[in-house]
Amino acid sequence: MLRIEYAYWLIALFLIYVSWRNLRDGHGSRAAFWLLLGLLFAGGDYVLAQQKAGHPLPAQAAGAMVIALALLAPRLKRHAHAETASTEQRLASALRLGHKLFVPALLIPLVTLLVALFGAHLSIAGYALFATPQMTLTGLALACVIALLAAARVARAPLHQGLSEGRRLLDAIGWAALLPLLLAALGEVFTQSGVGAAIAALANAILPEGSAFACLLVFALGMVLFTVIMGNAFAAFPVMMAGIGLPLLIHQYGANPAILGAMGMLCGYCGTLLTPMAADYNLVPAALLELRSPYGVIRAQCWSAIAIFIATFIMMWLLVFR
Amino acid sequence: MNYWPLLGVAVIVIGFALRFNAVPVVVCAALASGLLAGLHVPDLLALLGKSFVSSRMLLMFVLTLPAIGLLERAGLREHAQQWMARLRTMTLARLLIGYLLVREVLSMLGLMGVAGHAQTVRPLLAPMSEAAAEKILPTLSDDDRDELRAVAAATDNVGRFFGEDVFIALGAVLLIQGFYTQHGIDLTPLSIALWALPTAIVAFIIQSVRIWLYQRRLQRRALQLHGEQGG
Repeated sequence: MLRIEYAYWLIALFLIYVSWRNLRDGHGSRAAFWLLLGLLFAGGDYVLAQQKAGHPLPAQAAGAMVIALALLAPRLKRHAHAETASTEQRLASALRLGHKLFVPALLIPLVTLLVALFGAHLSIAGYALFATPQMTLTGLALACVIALLAAARVARAPLHQGLSEGRRLLDAIGWAALLPLLLAALGEVFTQSGVGAAIAALANAILPEGSAFACLLVFALGMVLFTVIMGNAFAAFPVMMAGIGLPLLIHQYGANPAILGAMGMLCGYCGTLLTPMAADYNLVPAALLELRSPYGVIRAQCWSAIAIFIATFIMMWLLVFR
Repeated sequence: MNYWPLLGVAVIVIGFALRFNAVPVVVCAALASGLLAGLHVPDLLALLGKSFVSSRMLLMFVLTLPAIGLLERAGLREHAQQWMARLRTMTLARLLIGYLLVREVLSMLGLMGVAGHAQTVRPLLAPMSEAAAEKILPTLSDDDRDELRAVAAATDNVGRFFGEDVFIALGAVLLIQGFYTQHGIDLTPLSIALWALPTAIVAFIIQSVRIWLYQRRLQRRALQLHGEQGG
């Protein structure tokens, strides 16, 4: 049975490979950085299992490793390796291979799609082929392996060339790759330390009495602001709902819960488009597309986010108290 | 109410504003917030480690890199650009709006992982957008290319986000429903997802209009350049 854990082990192997290649090239800090991350990926399931069983030591070690990663990160100068093939070589190869080049690239979304749609029904000799949790992501991992094999075949290149190109891209992304995980961890720590409750208390303190409109506006802006801080609308939603949405808007002013929930969440999504804290959508793509400014993607989408927020708020105001 | 953990938020704001390396800033914010909330150091370390390894799925895009890297070395981006340049009827706006539509519909069906920045934007959408823009304005500067790629990434984000909330079987809708159930309000997922539809449509229109305006700006600049050369 294919489980998501296998994908994590695959990532761990790749990270350790990247570390080894950097060590051989004499980049000590970078080698240590990817090695630590690789170990965290390989040992992640053990950490979680031990934590569940009441042994916090592996999780504490993992926490210490995260701090070590943070100390190493500033020493990783983001630098692009020289392109391994010249522009002429790539153009010649593009002319030779033509549309065949699209096949492996499109296999990634296609195989992922097939696993997402039909994975639950696939079985070999009565055993399900895919485990249910995170099936789409397991499919994505499988799709990546298939695409790599297909790419090696189409380009008539050895597999290790794929690994070494992958290493070149990962080094170009550098520490930005780590941010989504760190910010998710930060969100968890914020929740446990009561940051959410403190913000909800502050929002309540500035709330004007007796105006449904003002209350709705504070709720909507609070969703945006809190999402900008936490990088995730899912973290903002329960806090704003418990603080303002449920006691005031629904119980006092009689707002429709379905509309308030759906559109309130979408106000938060507008915040996600605005914040560097949502690193996997905003900062990682900037690194991946080799933009010179890490905030390029945010700049490109901020007016869309503001316009969508205003439109959603107006619709919510018109619909929610009917 | 203990307001001290809010200093963790301040660490983030100041760190990002002063453009420090984001990784240590985030870890410092977590440590500050946890310690000020009165967590003990061993507990805080365990919390940090546990939450970090629990979100390993966020690094899944790394697995796409070997295949994409190999294809790029074999000329994938160059081929996508040349093909785009040959397609007469495919304009920049049609390409990006078409992608937005497909992305948003896939996302509405719960297929968020199918496309993405690593899987589709870097290898396909970004180079094709550049080629489509070059058909309008052959002299793109480096700043133009940066902006164009950012617009492609933004289009992917908008399509993904505002489609996702319509899908009933996971994520946002279930979170909303779960919250209400805990507080004694019973709603079906469908009744919540339905109210995400107006924003999904509005988001599609707004992003499409912005793409179209962006294309028109490029066309104006091309006309101006042409006028200067002709005059």
